[in-house]
Amino acid sequence: MENERKLTIARAMAEATAQEMRIDPSVFVMGEDIAELGGVFGNTRGLLEEFGKERVRDTPISETGFIGAAVGAAQDGMKPVVELMFVDFFGVCFDAIYNLMAKNTYFSGGKFNVPMVLMTSTGGGYSDAGQHSQCLYGSFAHLPGMKVVSPSNAYDAKGLMTAALRDPNPVIYMYHKGLQGMGWLGTEAGAIVHVPEESYEVEIGKAAIAREGRDVTIVSIAQGVHHGLKAADKLAEQGISAEVVDLRSLVPLDRDTIRASVAKTGRLIVVDEDYHSYGVSGEIIATVTESNMADLKAAPKRIAYPDVPIPFARVMEQHCLPNADKIVAAARDLCGAPVPA
Amino acid sequence: MQPAKDTLAWMYEKMVTSRRFENAIEKIYMEGKSPVFNMADGPIPGEMHLSDGQEPVAVGVCAHLNPEDVVTATHRPHHQAIAKGVDLKKMAAEIFGKATGLSGGRGGHMHIFDADVNFACSGIIAQGMGPAAGAALSRQIQGKPGVAVSFIGEGAANQGAFHEAMNLAAVWKLPMIVVVEDNAWGISVSKEASTAIQRNSDRAAAYGIPGHYIPGNDPLKIYEVAGEAIERARRGEGPTLIEIETYRLAGHFMGDAEGYRPEGEKDGLFAKDPIPAMRAKLLADGDFTEAELDDLENKAQAAVDEAISFARESADPKPEDALTAVFA
Repeated sequence: MENERKLTIARAMAEATAQEMRIDPSVFVMGEDIAELGGVFGNTRGLLEEFGKERVRDTPISETGFIGAAVGAAQDGMKPVVELMFVDFFGVCFDAIYNLMAKNTYFSGGKFNVPMVLMTSTGGGYSDAGQHSQCLYGSFAHLPGMKVVSPSNAYDAKGLMTAALRDPNPVIYMYHKGLQGMGWLGTEAGAIVHVPEESYEVEIGKAAIAREGRDVTIVSIAQGVHHGLKAADKLAEQGISAEVVDLRSLVPLDRDTIRASVAKTGRLIVVDEDYHSYGVSGEIIATVTESNMADLKAAPKRIAYPDVPIPFARVMEQHCLPNADKIVAAARDLCGAPVPA
Repeated sequence: MQPAKDTLAWMYEKMVTSRRFENAIEKIYMEGKSPVFNMADGPIPGEMHLSDGQEPVAVGVCAHLNPEDVVTATHRPHHQAIAKGVDLKKMAAEIFGKATGLSGGRGGHMHIFDADVNFACSGIIAQGMGPAAGAALSRQIQGKPGVAVSFIGEGAANQGAFHEAMNLAAVWKLPMIVVVEDNAWGISVSKEASTAIQRNSDRAAAYGIPGHYIPGNDPLKIYEVAGEAIERARRGEGPTLIEIETYRLAGHFMGDAEGYRPEGEKDGLFAKDPIPAMRAKLLADGDFTEAELDDLENKAQAAVDEAISFARESADPKPEDALTAVFA
């Protein structure tokens, strides 16, 4: 509709956080450059002005310190929202994440809860090279004790953030830089969608069918969903009907939706901007092959980031990234269509 | 600030409880582990880090704490847990890996968590500091009473987490006290070989906060200095760093041959054992009679016996319960 309100993912995240802060005094936000600046990627803009310095805190550049502090505050009854500016920075603070945040519920037999949201930016495509461009979905989703979500559009971004803030568990909220709607990072128009004013939740652990189709299932998350949708448009012109599954959550993983889609189409392509080996793409394929090999009309394919550090040079990085053309080629191959000359 | 008689009695009783507990664990730990020492065997498998000798730190600090105050401890947490008031029966059962343990056997001896008295651990060096800072921040934001104490070893002062959490606590003036138990050894590497300065308490200057060094493993001196630091934190005046000279009378873990110790070091340490020393002092000062101290020791022993029996008699967890409590 013409006059429907559309938001970027960045604004949708900030709105969800603000709405929850209004009704839940235990929610507070801390991280690097999240207060005065409103977040390098815009997702905490306006919070300092409304809620003040006590609840919206710029931290020192001390990820181990403030993520560890978030764990302690969460165990003490608060609901911290912390930001790890780039997911690539997890190397300096992973103990606080996977040994404390993700395990203290288990170690306490469920007597300490750790309700916190760790927001972190992912993704490349803008020549930021190998320490500021990774997705690392698999690294987080592999380790038990934390939920992992990543929205592909602003509607889901708001609903997943609200759900994360109401979840009694730690939630890793991964937002793709290419989808944030920050002009200087490029803008994916498909991510800017209608977002209702009122608060709502998108269930964590529930995938969405972003586009229905009959011939091939394209499974992805975040930016990869948009590659899949563009590929589906092109495939439709060639007479191939592609279904696009937007996972939205990696933990818990909605295996039922994946399996049901592949049962219908008989063909599977996984699009993953994270590294090829030992990651999300392998897990999705195993999800299908472990349960319904008989449904598959062809061996599954994956379009993932090759197992190399992310290069700086634009042509090299673009060569490595998933894109719609790669998906189209894979789908044509799977569907037995001749490759056009 | 000298402790009142009932506090002195509490301190002595908890020191004895802690030591007797460790003595019992030490004996049971070796069941099934001889003639061949295999860590996986016996009623208490896994690593075991005993706290013998370090009791003064735990009681001197925790004497000032209420259940609402937060403590984060280390891979060597028994003495601190006992002084903080962690349920001894459930803790023993946890160490045995029983269903009745604090977390039903999911954590074990390096992961003692008791939400009733706000006690948590991390088996990773210095990683209790961030959560302690966060608990202190939580109290500050909410305007709720309570301080957070993070116990660490002297080796932890060389970890990045130490610097990050100290700075965070200082810049936000958090009600937090960091207590360094300097037992002189990081497994086999001496403090002298690993640490560029003699006293980690001097590092307080780097954060613009008070730092205190307490020699002599002296529970009364520890009580005095910790009391001032905790009162300061309760008044909202920010964190304090305290380093305490203490002694590890056991190995780093059970099975440690301790070949790295200079000859005769252990004999010297046992001669300074803080528990007989405190008993002698309490008698010399005329505050307690032999009979009173015997009573406290008997009470301590009875609590330990009860806890150990409870642990031994408790059932193993259901194996499939391993798959529960990952999420709230």
